[in-house]
Amino acid sequence: MVSGLINANPIIYEKKERRTRTAPTAIQDEDIKDPEHPYSLEELKVITEEAVEVDDQRNYVRITFTPTVEHCSMATIIGLCLRVKLMRSLPSRYKVDIRVAPGSHATEAAVNKQLNDKERVAAALENPNLLDMVDECLAPSYY
Amino acid sequence: MAETTELTRHIESYVDTSSSSSPSLQAASLNAIASLVKTDVLPLQALVRELGMYLTTTDNVIRARGILLLAEVVTRVESKPLDSATIHSLVGFFKDRLADWRAVRGALVGCLALIRRKSVLGTVTSSDATAISQSFFQYMQVQSLGQYDRKLCFELLDCLLEHYSDALTTLGDGLIYGVCEAIDAEKDPECLMLAFHIVQSLAQLYPDSSGLLASFAKDIFDILEPYFPIHFTHPTNGDTHVQRDDLSRSLMSAFSSTPLFEPFVIPLLLEKLSSSLHSAKIDSLKYLRVCSSKYGAERIAKYAKSIWFSIKDTLSTYLGEPNFSLNMAPVDGIGGIGGIGFPENEFVMEALSLLQQLIVQNGSLLTSVIIDDEDVNIIFNTISSYDIYDAIPVQEKKKLHAIGRILYIASKSTITSCNAVFEGLFSRMIDNLGVSVSNTDSSPNGHIFPSQKVKFGYLYLCIELLAGFRELIVGSDEPALQYVIDHGTSCTWLHSFSSSLFNDFGSVLAASADRCPLDPDIYIGVKGLQTLAMFHSEVFSLQKSIFDNILKKFMSIIIEDFNKKVLWEAALKALCHVGSFVQEFHKSEKAMSYGSLVVEKIVELLFLDDIVVPFSLKVEALSNIGMTGMKNMVTCLQGMRKAVFANLSKVHTNLRSSEVTVGLLECYSCKLLPWIYENGGSEDFTVQFAMDIWSQAGNFTVFSTSFEEKGLLDALIKTMKLSVGSCSVESQNLIIQKAYSILSSRTNFQLKELESLPLSPGKYNISLTDERIISLFASVVIAVWPKTLIPNMRVLVHLFIVTLVRGIVPVAQALGSILNKLVSTSNSAENSCGITLEEALDAIFNTKIWFSSIDMLQRCNGTSNGKEIVLTDICLGFANDKLLQINAICGLSWIGKGLLLRGHEGIKDITMTFIECLIPGTKSALPLVMKSEDQIQDPLVMKSAADAFHVLMSDSEVCLNKKFHATIRPLYKQRFFSSMMPIFLQLIAKAYSLSSRSFLYRALAHVMSETPMVAVLNDAKKLIPVLLDCLSMLTEDIQDKDLLYGLLLVLSGILTEKNGQEAVVENAHIIINCLIKLLDYPYKTLVRETAIQCLVALSELPHGRIYPMRTQVLRAISKSLDDTKRVVRHEAVKCRQTWASMSSRTLHF
Repeated sequence: MVSGLINANPIIYEKKERRTRTAPTAIQDEDIKDPEHPYSLEELKVITEEAVEVDDQRNYVRITFTPTVEHCSMATIIGLCLRVKLMRSLPSRYKVDIRVAPGSHATEAAVNKQLNDKERVAAALENPNLLDMVDECLAPSYY
Repeated sequence: MAETTELTRHIESYVDTSSSSSPSLQAASLNAIASLVKTDVLPLQALVRELGMYLTTTDNVIRARGILLLAEVVTRVESKPLDSATIHSLVGFFKDRLADWRAVRGALVGCLALIRRKSVLGTVTSSDATAISQSFFQYMQVQSLGQYDRKLCFELLDCLLEHYSDALTTLGDGLIYGVCEAIDAEKDPECLMLAFHIVQSLAQLYPDSSGLLASFAKDIFDILEPYFPIHFTHPTNGDTHVQRDDLSRSLMSAFSSTPLFEPFVIPLLLEKLSSSLHSAKIDSLKYLRVCSSKYGAERIAKYAKSIWFSIKDTLSTYLGEPNFSLNMAPVDGIGGIGGIGFPENEFVMEALSLLQQLIVQNGSLLTSVIIDDEDVNIIFNTISSYDIYDAIPVQEKKKLHAIGRILYIASKSTITSCNAVFEGLFSRMIDNLGVSVSNTDSSPNGHIFPSQKVKFGYLYLCIELLAGFRELIVGSDEPALQYVIDHGTSCTWLHSFSSSLFNDFGSVLAASADRCPLDPDIYIGVKGLQTLAMFHSEVFSLQKSIFDNILKKFMSIIIEDFNKKVLWEAALKALCHVGSFVQEFHKSEKAMSYGSLVVEKIVELLFLDDIVVPFSLKVEALSNIGMTGMKNMVTCLQGMRKAVFANLSKVHTNLRSSEVTVGLLECYSCKLLPWIYENGGSEDFTVQFAMDIWSQAGNFTVFSTSFEEKGLLDALIKTMKLSVGSCSVESQNLIIQKAYSILSSRTNFQLKELESLPLSPGKYNISLTDERIISLFASVVIAVWPKTLIPNMRVLVHLFIVTLVRGIVPVAQALGSILNKLVSTSNSAENSCGITLEEALDAIFNTKIWFSSIDMLQRCNGTSNGKEIVLTDICLGFANDKLLQINAICGLSWIGKGLLLRGHEGIKDITMTFIECLIPGTKSALPLVMKSEDQIQDPLVMKSAADAFHVLMSDSEVCLNKKFHATIRPLYKQRFFSSMMPIFLQLIAKAYSLSSRSFLYRALAHVMSETPMVAVLNDAKKLIPVLLDCLSMLTEDIQDKDLLYGLLLVLSGILTEKNGQEAVVENAHIIINCLIKLLDYPYKTLVRETAIQCLVALSELPHGRIYPMRTQVLRAISKSLDDTKRVVRHEAVKCRQTWASMSSRTLHF
């Protein structure tokens, strides 16, 4: 692994106030911790409410996230966290599609492919180290 | 001799530090020696002689203990007079020992004890004090000592400075050096508290700017500076009692102790203001305020500008969005409304109070700084280009708010600053508003001229200015200020412009749209008018004509603009604020005109049918205006009474008037009555009103059968109960006499008939009208104090029994209430009701009731074919009439409740009767032949018997509570629970009929869900299986959803409590199964939500116990992810997360 932080001084944004939702389905991907920093992905604007697209009728969710720096090696971990969070939060009828925002990452295509490959995600979750990392990011108590 | 040996033993036990002597033993020896000295058995000198070697030995440990012993004894005899020679020699000894660093604690304790002596008992001379301090500064290396010794050192220094300051000055700069050395780099909070105080005392010792301290100020400050701002690096645990705030306050007094610190302190504080540390900022503002008051105007003047900029910065950073709401109640006696309301913020509050301090101190300088400030001028110039609030850009809004607050403070602080601000800025605003003095004398009737577009910003600033000014004059009531205020520019300005201001605020109201939340433009208009109207004090008031116009304007909104909800409510609130403010000045003509223009008009509204204001709004206005003051309340109440009776007399012809009456009564009992009670109003009106209702009840028209509305009767009953409940015993006696006379004279049946036994319900001619009157009478009985005299109780009890079986619930409640409050025979001396509890019980349970065999409740013609039975037997179904039985059970449950609350034995028989209904054969010892299974009761009867337990256990709003003066024994629920629980558990095990068992569960569920958690927890182990059975049984019927929820809460309580968890572990399996079944309970969202939360709580159990259930839970919870309610989905996600992450292979299940 790289020694030291990949993005040492991230810009921190204010959390957006939650609007009261009345829609029948809503995603709860708030409050996932960044693998590097003690901030949530929302505070780092890696993911925003606008970047989540939900189609309840067609059981489809699509998420576009923006890594903080272009060469961020954490992009796949972040994507994996998002996927695991959604797998745990959404009813099984949904198909989830996770992508890096176009132009925000050096190896965009590779990351996208990796994140949406069922087999590779399953394989990643077999890896205890990775899984620990994901669990830590998803732990609800960090704030 | 014996004494001496004993003394030696004590001394040895104290001095000996080896393990043989425990601390408590040492303390005991010390106390023994001290008491010897105190009682003069052992003179101090003798003690010293006895100690002898211990004080001088070369063994360090023993010497230290010996000296400490002497010192502790001296401390304990502080209240014993000592001669000066003794004191002198002791001083000599202890001060010398200060040099002995191995035994220094004893020396310190001794010196401290001597210094602290009270003057009448012999004190240390000042030369001795000097000697102590010299020795102290010579030998003591304070910072090399332990925490406790350092604390003693500081205490000694502090005492010396406090009591012997003159003696210390002789030390010259040695004192200052010594102090500096001692406190330098101290870190312990407790020691620091003392150290800061020492600096403060030191500063007071040399107040002169040319004194000794002046040359050392920088050095001392260098020691203090690093402590600012106070910040604890370690969390404070229990044993240190010093809090951050205390320490901070102490440092603040050290900082502000002398003006000599000024050149160092103020620049430091100004610098720290820009720190990002929260506490640094707050403390800087606080310190600045205190320091500037201590240092004096002259010294602060040169910093005024920079402080001003900091204040402005702080305000613009931390001032939030104003909350445009009129909800805030007046904060103090003078009706201070504080200008525009903002969310509370510590920074803002501190900054504003600093500003106020500066203005009070140096008004002319500060006001000129404010008036000439660039930002202020920019805002004044730009603000004119926006007409409405929302048009102003965010940045400028912020500035506007900040400047508003500043103007508010400036005009509120002093008269001079107020005048200056009015002179400098108010005129500019008025000019910009585009009004001239010329139209001041117009608009006599409150009509508003449509002026050109009004500038929001100016009005906003005007309100802040006016509010500040208003607080200034309302707060200062001294006649001496009369002249100053009368000739102040501000007053002159206000007098000449009040009318045009009225126009402007009014025209905003006319123009703005009605939307929610409160539109800032409406707010500005209403708030402005309200502020203007509240200009009133001994020294300065607004002209009455303007005041009247404002009230008229508000009233016109109330009457005409009722469809603009927001505006209407705002106007009403403003009227209320104004009303409670002018109430303070009872006799003033403004209070008069408020009375005639507002209160009377509001009352009139009730009678005017042609005005289309919805009735609910009329009532709301009436109650709110009434609550502004006792005098207004009385007017409103009179009006309301008139309206109630006017409508009551029309109910049989006009359906609407019955609705109106219900509304008025509701308002009276829920709003006005509690208000009168809280505000200590007299009960005259309440009593009179209740009496009047009874007089009306006497007229047959009111209670005639023609009105079908049950609502009206309920409203009357409720009003009656609450009115009677809030009266004193004497008034209640009056009311109940009146009620009784109506009851006996106006009903069709004869009360006398009830005296002959057996009672035969069929015989009396009780009409529907009579039933209503009896219900109303019962409501009086429910609400009385135990001491109140209820006439002819025996007959009443009979009457109530007879009506009870007809199914009139209030009557049963009244019976329960009578039983609850009656005095029992044992202390019958004070019995006044003419009947004791035992007699009443006898009357209820042993009075035979006669029924004809054909039709239970109908009038019977013959006496044959009837049977006589008592009440409990009706419950058991001896009368063979289901409806009768249910009525009796329901009635009996209320009677039981009355007994249960006072902890009477009789409740046992009653519960046994209910249980008998549920499962025959339990109560009597009769041979089982008589009570076989086929005698089982009808399901409806069983249900009502089970529900009787709900009546018994639940807190009732309608009777038998604190409001209605019930006798309530503490812990009665717990007691009942623990006596019933074994019975239920046994019966459930025995019951072999399915329906019996399910109704037993139901009864148990009622009892459990109403019992306090603590009691349930004790029996958790036994209860859980039954509880789960209850839960699964209750899922069937939609009507049971509340009971189900209550029971689920009991379960969740057991799950989360420590005590319950042992029981839970054993039953984890079945609990989880039961909860999973509840996950798709369709009738109540809360049930699903709580069930999921319970599952989360279960995940805390030992891993081995719950792991086998994991797959099952995850599968079940995944369905809840698709629940229709968001809360449930949210909980489901949390639950899934906890259960999924229980083992590392998170997603594979």
